[in-house]
Amino acid sequence: MSTPDGPTTAPQATTEARSVQVQYYAQLREDAGRSEETVQSTAGTVDELFEELNRRYDFSVAKDDMRVAVNDSFSDWETSLDSQDLVVFIPPVAGG
Amino acid sequence: MLFSITDHPIRTQKRKRDLESLEAGGYVEFEGRVRKHSHGREVQRLDYESYQTLAESEGRELLQEALDRFDVIDAAAVHRVGSLDLGEVAVWIGVVGVHRADAFRACAFCIDEIKARVPIWKREVYANGEAEWINGCSGHGSVFASDEAVAHSHES
Repeated sequence: MSTPDGPTTAPQATTEARSVQVQYYAQLREDAGRSEETVQSTAGTVDELFEELNRRYDFSVAKDDMRVAVNDSFSDWETSLDSQDLVVFIPPVAGG
Repeated sequence: MLFSITDHPIRTQKRKRDLESLEAGGYVEFEGRVRKHSHGREVQRLDYESYQTLAESEGRELLQEALDRFDVIDAAAVHRVGSLDLGEVAVWIGVVGVHRADAFRACAFCIDEIKARVPIWKREVYANGEAEWINGCSGHGSVFASDEAVAHSHES
């Protein structure tokens, strides 16, 4: 993105990175090779965070098949992210 | 109304004693066990894991829904996580009610809801050494017809 006045403005000048916690379970844990991590992200929503992590880990479960939880409650993909939020992507469940 | 996740064998007799009520004319329980075959493949064990905080809150919520929807006195459930051998109990549900019909229905409702919405995952490990995460497929064993009002809907 360029601005009219300064052609070399860095993206960080307009979007601040937040630190969020992400936990991974089941297939996603195997895809990511870890069960949790702290992510520095400029993502504004849970959906954007998922897309960013999906580019990094190439998850084996499609987003449409998943739910998401923020701070231990089911949430929706458009939820905006705050610093220190705990985000968990939930692949299809299979209890019982 | 207690829902818990444990990594130890479920002590079903002890859990059952917590549901005693002199108002209850019936007690119904369900045990989900690890079986030897799955879709034609020979199973060696099942590995379960959960997102414990959300699993327990979602579990309590569905037990409360069972008490709201059916004429029962109390309900409880425990789900195990970790590696389970054939024949072991993966999930236990107990319901007490004044009469049996709603106790049966509430118990069936609870297992359907647990399978459909509680964040627990299952990996089948087969006798030939292969393993696979199981995705959903919760509807096949339900006692409720798919168009019954109590049948689980995936809208939430």
